[in-house]
Amino acid sequence: MLSQYLFILLFTAMALVVPVMAIMMGHLLGPRHPDPVKNAVYESGMETIGDTWVQFRAQYYLIALIFVVFDVEAVFLFPIALAYKDVNALGAGAAIFFILLLLVGLLYDWRKGALEWQ
Amino acid sequence: MVPLNWYLTVAALLFALGLYGALARRNAIAVLMGIELMLNAANLNLVAFWRYGEQVMALTGQVFAILIIALAAAEAAVGLALIIAVYRDRRTVDVEELDLLQG
Amino acid sequence: MPTLPVPTFTQVVFVLIAAFTVISGLGVVVARNLFHSALLLAATFFGVAGLYVMLEAEFLAVTQILIYVGAVATLITFAIMLTRGAMHGETNPLNRQWGKAALFAFLFLVGLLGYLGGIPWPAPFQAIQADEGLIARLGEQLVTRYMVSLEVMGLLLMVALVGAILLARDDKP
Repeated sequence: MLSQYLFILLFTAMALVVPVMAIMMGHLLGPRHPDPVKNAVYESGMETIGDTWVQFRAQYYLIALIFVVFDVEAVFLFPIALAYKDVNALGAGAAIFFILLLLVGLLYDWRKGALEWQ
Repeated sequence: MVPLNWYLTVAALLFALGLYGALARRNAIAVLMGIELMLNAANLNLVAFWRYGEQVMALTGQVFAILIIALAAAEAAVGLALIIAVYRDRRTVDVEELDLLQG
Repeated sequence: MPTLPVPTFTQVVFVLIAAFTVISGLGVVVARNLFHSALLLAATFFGVAGLYVMLEAEFLAVTQILIYVGAVATLITFAIMLTRGAMHGETNPLNRQWGKAALFAFLFLVGLLGYLGGIPWPAPFQAIQADEGLIARLGEQLVTRYMVSLEVMGLLLMVALVGAILLARDDKP
């Protein structure tokens, strides 16, 4: 059972080794002639003005927040969907009620205008 | 075969790290990160005990772990929303400067 | 001199994953830059997912990556971007009682490990049949035995959706 993951382990090892090798080879074998123009932060472009870390708007956070809640919902619904044949009417009702509960939350956010981009 | 003890040791280490992070940091977001580490450690314990327990097919540990993961996600969402609300009001996320209730 | 037992392949893999997890966790609490802390936190979550795979809880491993790495770590990164500039240069300083906190956490760890070492844990470790349909079984349990837990979790998520939006919204235009 666990030995099936040996292939993933080998794959991960290969995926790490090959790019590291490629980068190392380029580093070791490539010629280097540095000069000020080449070492500029943004070659053949304008220097950036101001701090890179600008203040982000809270709107992004609201979208991420709604995403998190429905991510969790998907995780709960996936195993229930797999067991669909074995679930009786009461169980299906429970799953539907679970979805409806979250729908209420979504409708509230919609009414409050949290989904609109200001 | 990995003994159960090893998993419990890793969980204990993660929990102690999270405890230190939650107690020693001044930034409220870093405190929340410590709490997330502790929740992960508790979850690891639950799953390890499920796997090494008598009734593997009962899946109790897995159900508990999924519920705790969902709880942690909700907690992180509300906790970070609180931090953002406090930041908007007081312009700080430093837990030592938030002493409005101190007499 | 007694010979040390030769570690099996599974044990070597476990030690590697565990070391990765614990070292990333250490990085989370010692990094001076809050953003590095957040990235290392995502790495720690990945390590814990690896440990779940070692425990043959594949669905939990996927859940861990989907929710923690995909959602919670993103949320924390967003919160850091939104509140940056609040800490006057240094993004992640220690507070005044960090020495006491370190001592307390260390003593807690020593006590916990001493307690763990004193108990002879039984380890039957029953094999799981792969064709048993563990995830479908999990779903069936969620809507029968743990139905109330599922509904309460739905209620909690609904309240989180409403409450967090209410808190995080900027009412002043």
